[in-house]
Amino acid sequence: MVITTTTPGSDEHICSTFASRYVRTPLPKFKMPEQAIPKEAAYQIINDELLLDGIPRLNLASFVTTWMEPECDKLIMASLNKNYVDMDEYPVTTELQNRCVNMIAHLFNAPFGETETAVGVGTVGSSEAIMLAGLAFKRKWQARRKLEGKPYDKPNIVTGANVQVCWEKFARYFEVELKEVKLSEGYYVMDPVKAAEMVDENTICVAAILGSTLTGEFENVKLLNELLVKKNKETGWDTPIHVDAASGGFIAPFLHPELEWDFRLPLVKSINVSGHKYGLVYAGVGWVIWRSKEDLPDELVFHINYLGSDQPTFTLNFSKGSSQIIAQYYQFIRLGFEGYKNIMENCTENARMLKEGIEKTGRFDIVSKDVGVPLVAFSLKDSSKYTVFQISENLRRFGWIVPAYTMPPNAEHIAVLRVVIREDFSRTLAERLVTDIDRVLKEMDEVPSSHVSAKAAHVTTTVDETQDGNGGRKRVEKSVRETQEEVINTWRRFVASKRTGVC
Amino acid sequence: MALPKPASESDLSVLSTSASRYVRDSLPRYKMPDNSIPKEAAYQIIHDELLLDFKPKLNLASFVTTLMEPESDKLIMESINKNYVDMDEYPVTTELHNRCVNMIAHLFNAPLGDSEDAIGVGTVGSSEAIMLAGLAFKRKWQNKRKAQGKPYANPNIVTGANVQVCWEKFARYFEVELKEVKVREGYYVMDPAKAVEMVDENTICVAAILGSTYNGEFEDVKLLNDLLLEKNNQTGWDTPIHVDAASGGFIAPFIYPELEWDFRLPLVRSINVSGHKYGLVYAGIGWIIWRTKQDLPEELIFRIKYLGAEQSTFTLNFSKGSSQIIAQYYNLIRLGQEGYRNIMENCHENAMVLKEGLERTGRFNIVSKDHGVPVVAFSLKKKNGGHDEFEVSEMLRRFGWIVPAYPMPADAEHITVLRVVIRAEFSRTLAERLVQDITNVLHDLDKLPPKLIVGEEEKQENGGGALVKRKSDLETQRDITTYWKNYVVAQKAIKRQKVAAS
Repeated sequence: MVITTTTPGSDEHICSTFASRYVRTPLPKFKMPEQAIPKEAAYQIINDELLLDGIPRLNLASFVTTWMEPECDKLIMASLNKNYVDMDEYPVTTELQNRCVNMIAHLFNAPFGETETAVGVGTVGSSEAIMLAGLAFKRKWQARRKLEGKPYDKPNIVTGANVQVCWEKFARYFEVELKEVKLSEGYYVMDPVKAAEMVDENTICVAAILGSTLTGEFENVKLLNELLVKKNKETGWDTPIHVDAASGGFIAPFLHPELEWDFRLPLVKSINVSGHKYGLVYAGVGWVIWRSKEDLPDELVFHINYLGSDQPTFTLNFSKGSSQIIAQYYQFIRLGFEGYKNIMENCTENARMLKEGIEKTGRFDIVSKDVGVPLVAFSLKDSSKYTVFQISENLRRFGWIVPAYTMPPNAEHIAVLRVVIREDFSRTLAERLVTDIDRVLKEMDEVPSSHVSAKAAHVTTTVDETQDGNGGRKRVEKSVRETQEEVINTWRRFVASKRTGVC
Repeated sequence: MALPKPASESDLSVLSTSASRYVRDSLPRYKMPDNSIPKEAAYQIIHDELLLDFKPKLNLASFVTTLMEPESDKLIMESINKNYVDMDEYPVTTELHNRCVNMIAHLFNAPLGDSEDAIGVGTVGSSEAIMLAGLAFKRKWQNKRKAQGKPYANPNIVTGANVQVCWEKFARYFEVELKEVKVREGYYVMDPAKAVEMVDENTICVAAILGSTYNGEFEDVKLLNDLLLEKNNQTGWDTPIHVDAASGGFIAPFIYPELEWDFRLPLVRSINVSGHKYGLVYAGIGWIIWRTKQDLPEELIFRIKYLGAEQSTFTLNFSKGSSQIIAQYYNLIRLGQEGYRNIMENCHENAMVLKEGLERTGRFNIVSKDHGVPVVAFSLKKKNGGHDEFEVSEMLRRFGWIVPAYPMPADAEHITVLRVVIRAEFSRTLAERLVQDITNVLHDLDKLPPKLIVGEEEKQENGGGALVKRKSDLETQRDITTYWKNYVVAQKAIKRQKVAAS
């Protein structure tokens, strides 16, 4: 007699994933599960949960590229398993990186010969690039001070208060003091005059931004250079400039080639740019270029015997994927100068179109400039009924992610919404966004003022304060309970009066 | 009358890439090209040039994963356009990251409550992880010294000379002195006793390695912990330990669970592990776990309002892809502990097969241990005929294998080893083939004349055991020419005999 035994889960491989037990068992979140599960189930479970993430292409908050051509995706897939740092094993990949560095250095008018190699490196993003640049400045400054026999324990760096957080990180992690030039209402970038004033003998460099995160504006690097040249002559401190061109580095050369901001200015010693912003590559690649060999102290470069061959390394990260570097090279040769120019012109055109659409609503002040990174930053003319934060929340219902935030000191009372125009933000999407903004405004208009939600109660209070300067609107203090009651009553009335046509 | 268009203006899109002019134009290397080219051409050109890279799977030099399941590849491609740092926009991805941190912290026996969140973060690799850990130690130590009113300008860190270069980078970039415990012939990792001796009041931490890069050995963290506890009791310095488990962190918990090296030891305050080594994910992910909140100084964490939402950040990198994090989570739930255990056991088994095959040739000394990262490091027994490991490595490349050769770290630099890393995708078949090819290479090398090192005193056994003394350049050249002449003549004689015999 044949005894049949059923091994648990013997025929599981024929069950479709949704018929199997894997979609019934809760996934552990704190400990690794003991058992393995089939790969199809693992894929399905993760894929399904990820459906609840935002849609990258509708994420209008980010500068980072969210679309590349399918051919490029193919190249990326094929090189996922190449560890970039194995230079000896993947010499072609290494050479592609070097070609990118050369091309970018030329784009920034670095002063070197036709067949000379530029000094620069690919990084994981502008954060790493900035830390490397800052490290180079710090070391150079220290070496000089040691030679002069002066104290070198209090380095500082001068930037605008509009810097991205990676500068603050650099300052805190590498023990450099951050001297910030405060902004003022209407002037949301670093004032070169104030910056030059703040420079002292301990300043390792002044950092200017080409494409401020908040408004997309280009800082006046040329003016900064002139003022600093003058000051250097008087003081003999030789303070250099670093340009944080994270966003602007791949825009200015194509749209505004006459704008002098790069190595054409003698005090600019290093520039960083994000390949994953307007370099049009997925997240994970940045570049830092130094003017010349002298600007990168040799002691910071490691010559190591890694896996059997000598190679120089000066990055914070070591092992990393090669995909984004190959993708960057793909973009350079695929698009070429004309391709990038066309794309940037399209972005600018779409930005202009969006700006006009927003202006037509009559409710917003445009805070961003026309020359700069293609983005539209706008604030409400009248924030008494509702704020930009509420508009941002309501836009999410339509699928758009449009961030709202307050400006840095000393302009914290200004709050803006910001839409970044990326390569894949077509005119159709721009028009649709304007329509949806209109819709949101209409909806919010119908809701009676200052009762929008209990949560907004504190926001309303803030708004009321700002009106004090403009016309002395009084602050109405309410207890939480009163506010809640009003809210409930208002909503009841609102719902009763709404006609949606849905039965 | 319709004028025919000249061929050069005809529809370029019709031409196959190989027929088009794009494969005739040389690509600029220094300047961006002025014009665009079709995407198919761009793809083809780059793809073709990349064929000259070596094959990742046959790169036996690297610990980094080169193969993942197709389902994982699909997940990676789908999330390649998600910028990890947009936590507000991609909350699920952020949560998957947090789950990974929790799972790894539990794997390392971090002292956590049942639903307490672990303190840790995903990084781009162990380099970033180590820099963050070092930064935390440095800041803690500085704060402690400031509170005690003592000088804090000269921090140092104690490690073995066998550390990976990222420790040296950390030391140089963050201005910490590196005090290295030298290794010696036969003992290629950090000696805990010597390490503890080197600890002084300026030591911010002692770094032990679980899985030395050179030979895969696990350092004795338990002994280090015991000795350091004793010293701390005497001195009151409270020096902590960091374990660099870049390779070993995903091996020891599965095949050596009784080995105490992690948070079970009280002085271990942080551990880093590479997700892209035995975490079995492609290059670009590492993890750092701290024991408790107190081990990560608050002042190093930035709470920022990024793109309108509040989030905390403590990494060197900011924007980066989400793919590897999702792939790590995939592996953790797909394989589970059972899956990882099976894979590590297989790796170990294949390492033994390779090791035994090499031993059977009788020409090698095995320098790696059985216990540790599945790596086989071996050196030539005798410099017979003047050949060294570098030549073996060179010749193996002809067969497609990349097996690196390098000298051991300081104080044992005269020992050179070849090292083969057994990754998850290195099957037994490949192991047997490698032994075969190594045997072939040895045969070929035996036939070649020795690599003469000019100007150095060398004892060589040349037929009759005559000693070769220092020679001038000209004499050496004459020797070489004569040798080759004789060799060629001898070969010709053998050939003639063969022909005559047949």
